[in-house]
Amino acid sequence: MEFFERFAVPHPSPLIYASMVAIGLVIIAIVLGITYFKKWGYLWNEWLTTTDHKRIGIMYIISALLMLFRGGADAVMMRFQTSVPENAFLDAQHYNEVFTTHGVVMIFFMAMAFVIGLMNFVVPLQIGARDVAFPRLNAISFWLYFAGAMLFNVSFVIGGSPDAGWTNYYPLAGNDFSTSVGVNYYNWALQISGIGTLMTGINFIATIIKMRAPGMTLMKMPMFTWSSLVTNVIIVFAFPVLTIALLMGTFDRQLGTFFFASENGGMDMMWANLFWVWGHPEVYILILPAFGIYSEIISTFSERNLYGYKSMVGSMVIISLLSFFVWVHHFFTMGHDALTNSIFSITTMAIAVPTGIKIFNWLLTMWKGKIRFTVPMLYSVAFIPLFTIGGVTGVMLAIASADYQYHNTMFLVAHFHNVIIPGVVFAMLAGLTYWWPKMFGFMLNEKIGKWAFWFLTVGFCFSFFPMYITGLDGQARRMYTYSEASGFGPLNMLSFFGAGLMAIGFIVIVYNVYYSFRYAKRGIGDDPWNARSLEWATHNPVPEYNFAIVPQVNSSEAFWDSKKKGHKLFRGDYKEIHMPNNSGLPVIMAGLFFVFGFSFVFYIWAGVIISGIGILACMAYRSFEKDHGRHIKVKEIEETEDKFGGAK
Amino acid sequence: MKINNTQPLEYSTEQNQLNILGFWVFLGAEIMLFATLFTSYFVYENRVGNGPSGAEIFELTPVLIETILLLTSSFTIGLAINAMRLNRKKAMLTFLAVTLVLGLAFLGVEIYEFTHYYHVGATLQTSAFTGMLLTTLGTHGAHVTFGLVWGLFIFIQIKKNGLTPATTNKSFIFSLYWHFLDVVWIFIFSFIYLKGMM
Repeated sequence: MEFFERFAVPHPSPLIYASMVAIGLVIIAIVLGITYFKKWGYLWNEWLTTTDHKRIGIMYIISALLMLFRGGADAVMMRFQTSVPENAFLDAQHYNEVFTTHGVVMIFFMAMAFVIGLMNFVVPLQIGARDVAFPRLNAISFWLYFAGAMLFNVSFVIGGSPDAGWTNYYPLAGNDFSTSVGVNYYNWALQISGIGTLMTGINFIATIIKMRAPGMTLMKMPMFTWSSLVTNVIIVFAFPVLTIALLMGTFDRQLGTFFFASENGGMDMMWANLFWVWGHPEVYILILPAFGIYSEIISTFSERNLYGYKSMVGSMVIISLLSFFVWVHHFFTMGHDALTNSIFSITTMAIAVPTGIKIFNWLLTMWKGKIRFTVPMLYSVAFIPLFTIGGVTGVMLAIASADYQYHNTMFLVAHFHNVIIPGVVFAMLAGLTYWWPKMFGFMLNEKIGKWAFWFLTVGFCFSFFPMYITGLDGQARRMYTYSEASGFGPLNMLSFFGAGLMAIGFIVIVYNVYYSFRYAKRGIGDDPWNARSLEWATHNPVPEYNFAIVPQVNSSEAFWDSKKKGHKLFRGDYKEIHMPNNSGLPVIMAGLFFVFGFSFVFYIWAGVIISGIGILACMAYRSFEKDHGRHIKVKEIEETEDKFGGAK
Repeated sequence: MKINNTQPLEYSTEQNQLNILGFWVFLGAEIMLFATLFTSYFVYENRVGNGPSGAEIFELTPVLIETILLLTSSFTIGLAINAMRLNRKKAMLTFLAVTLVLGLAFLGVEIYEFTHYYHVGATLQTSAFTGMLLTTLGTHGAHVTFGLVWGLFIFIQIKKNGLTPATTNKSFIFSLYWHFLDVVWIFIFSFIYLKGMM
């Protein structure tokens, strides 16, 4: 029994026990359901072992949506807890765990996964490729992300959640102050999914550089592909820093080193620096693809080509460079001299310039355009003013001396939600709605989608604008309660009201998926939005080989030219197509990584060694395996194309 | 599989070219990884706490031997790739074997070096400085160990299948990896050992 005691949650509450029961029941229901409908074979053959970038993308998006609801539940709990003074719904420890998991889940397992999911689905289609450069590696990336996400979520019911904030600062995150295994989970979950993300970065750089359709020079790539390229370059340069930082954290907590300790030469600020050297570029890893999505959508629904293509590309490249030189602005108050603070203050403000260029480009794209207010366009139009407000408050925070007033207050919380929600989350919802017909062959209902949009936007304003005021009045972030005398009560209640509206918005989106799946019209054609880039040139839903004939490209809007200017996209005859085989190795390897991480969290060395050997054995197997893929015969292509209503 | 005969064998298919480009990008990530380790090392260099400083524990002899072994192995892997381009399987295998043996010898000396640190009381748990020193060296050493196993697999595959587009591609990528570890070692030698002993 002693062995099992370590798995107990150190601060149990009825809420956690209820969640345990709920998780157990859901797992049993899923297993029974799959068995009852005899879907295990289908699941394994078509999804778990797939190397198809489109399916991997969809699996990323499904996982991201699940994580969105987990992180969203945390958010509603926090808003409820602080809605009135002296609330006793959560105690301090639980509140710490809730805001920590909310941050980690939303950044790593929701936003990152959503961004990478859309990239996976869209980028190869936009550049006219059959798949990514390394399809097997792509599957490994996804499954490592998934293993990391599951490992992190397991902490909630086995051993206790991390409680040192998503920034996980030392010495708070050290053994002295975070006594449960929660931070071990943090280290290993992020390490495992981080490796997956790094592999994605490498994969997409190689894909975009080498696999573009003939004629598509770099400056003729669609803007979302450009944003993906820049993003993946940032991933490759930023993630190794996190790898080392997490490794050092693991060593400190589990192997007794002194890197971030306050004795024996250790330096706790080192963690803060390493974390943000990765963490600030991470912010741009999330927002640049969002910018790319908005560019596609605004251009499509204004029926105009994107204004200032070159300046869009240039500003993204500048942002990506600057993103590595601003990290100190996350801790202006933590003991630097005035010169250091001034330098980082200026570099931070400088980012507003390329971002401003992009804002004006979007506005000028809409100028004199024939604007159609579809759901994706509504999100994009709402994004521009809301994101600008977030950007302006960001410049306020960048003023180092003034930051002493804002630092660690609700003002900061308002600011970064103000850029992340209208920036990233709206972009993901807009992108999902926009590319949904390409993924599933039917449209999401516009009317229900607009209801969801209004709930989310109005709810967002009610949730976060009051925090600017309470923050300036001195309400600290991450405090589980406050006194009535502080006067923060009414505005916090307003925030809770806003959070409720947002929750309704997300439920409406779920209902929309259900409703559209049941009632939406099928057979909507290949190009339901009258769009401009290559992904709309193939069938709907997309055949596994994407394009029967590789398209010829002459401009950044080759598909639009083919519709309006008589450009001929597909020339020549069908040829045999080479496709990668499915493989069970990625999911098995990720399972072993999960066991490895879990065992390490609890110091179960036998588990660490066995799963470690297993991982190496998988790699050895891969080295000796002969897998040349398979070929799709011309006859098969003809049959598929005929079924889709004529060859293209 | 389309084979392009105007290119060397390791570049001869589209997938081969992708693999090589992808590996260069991976090496970019590895540079960031080691850059982070070096930066952290410089931060902790003088933060020795209760433990010894670098000057007190570094020994020149094993370090020089390690340097000579690893630099020579980088040269022999170059010879192996040259033999591969000339399509001389046996010479290629010989040089690859020499490379791996040199790598193994390097690893042996490094293990000796680590036991030496242990005996003079410089372990992971001694101070932030010794912890970082051993983490940096250990990360490089782990890379070498991984490379040895990988190289052995490639050796077996060439022996069995000959110089094919697949095996030459793997060998070429392995050589990039091995040269990279050599470059990292040059930085370790200069900025950890020499700087520490001065």
